Amino acid sequence: MSEADAILRGERGALARGLSIVEGGGARAVELLDAISARVGRARRIGVTGPPGVGKSTLVAALVRRFRARGARVGVVAVDPSSPFHGGALLGDRHRMSEEARDEGVFVRSLATRGGLGGLSRAAPDALDLLDAAGFPVLLVETVGVGQTEVEVAATADSVAVVLSPESGDAVQAMKAGLLEIADVVCVNKSDREGAEALAAELESALDAAPPRGWRPPVVLTRALDGAEPLDDALERHAAWLGEEGRLGDRRRRGVRARIERLVARLVADRMLASAPGVLDREADDVCAGRRSVLHGASRAAEAILR
Amino acid sequence: MTSARSGPIRVLVAKAGLDGHDRGAKVVAQSLRDAGMEVVYTGLRQTPEQIAKAALEEDVDVVGLSLHSGAHMTLFPRVRALLDAAGLAHVLLTGGGIIPDEDRTRLGAMGVGRLFGPGTATRELIEYIRGEVERRRRGE
Repeated sequence: MSEADAILRGERGALARGLSIVEGGGARAVELLDAISARVGRARRIGVTGPPGVGKSTLVAALVRRFRARGARVGVVAVDPSSPFHGGALLGDRHRMSEEARDEGVFVRSLATRGGLGGLSRAAPDALDLLDAAGFPVLLVETVGVGQTEVEVAATADSVAVVLSPESGDAVQAMKAGLLEIADVVCVNKSDREGAEALAAELESALDAAPPRGWRPPVVLTRALDGAEPLDDALERHAAWLGEEGRLGDRRRRGVRARIERLVARLVADRMLASAPGVLDREADDVCAGRRSVLHGASRAAEAILR
Repeated sequence: MTSARSGPIRVLVAKAGLDGHDRGAKVVAQSLRDAGMEVVYTGLRQTPEQIAKAALEEDVDVVGLSLHSGAHMTLFPRVRALLDAAGLAHVLLTGGGIIPDEDRTRLGAMGVGRLFGPGTATRELIEYIRGEVERRRRGE
């Protein structure tokens, strides 16, 4: 029996190995993802993002408990950064969901970014596809906490919760980072800390001033250690809204298109660069010797490659 | 079935048993990360069942157990048995703590890898893991 069949039948070991194959990329990943593609699209996907230390993992754990109480099996993908220097990674999100992870109805996988940008690992969307095909009706994906570049999650999840806390900076920080633009729900966690109510009020006015986009993200206050009820309720409302007028299908199609666009850009760039060896080195030498600017060097390199 | 992965070595670092001394585990996690490995840190008071479930889901090459509670003769064989039952016979089980030599020998005979005592240079641990994983990934 093939690995894909075992995954579709819900075998946990096969799923875990499949996730490694998908992370490794290449022809084996393509083959596996193709074999399960007809079974992708049934799961609800929720993204949880925000700066480091705001309590994302603890909130994810609390959401897991809510979904489990309603009887849904839950898949969690938790992303932490790889070191750009040696490639190593300390994956600590599982640590915060230790109790929830004991449950056989929960499958937690930690991924290192391995050079992926935008708060996710390159393989994270594919990992979600695999968990989806394996039959988990609810998927939670937690991004790295880098504060300003987690926008990738918007193309991957149906609903994005942006989590902030009174210590994570004011509303201006969140606006600068583009976080409010990708938020479907804004969650102010650590609501018992000083400044939580003020931050929530500030976020409300920022959202009121933002250009309308059909759905006005609600701002909710949580204390993750007590649970995630207000966040869960807001996510349910967003899911209901998505369920109307074909919005979910449109959103997923846009997300898939964005994923394809990024992959094509990389594949094309890799092929083109490989077809013109030495071009980058020549331009770098010229720029360092003061013969032209970086911008000019890049356009010359592009011309040379496309010729 | 062995892992198909050829990327970074993945290690689960867990504290089993009821003692709360996790400094050693954290130091080990950090040095393995700095050696280019992907380390899943699960924290304190993990049961053997939790450890085996995490090892399966995370598809790790290595489980590193830190324990200071004196329960090594129970916990190591229990984790080994659960890993084997989950189809993870290829996963290296190693660890550290205060473990008498004769117990190390007995655990070795039960399929537990090398165990490292206090004061071990992390270099030694890293080399051991690299060597073992390379061998196991080749399917030896």
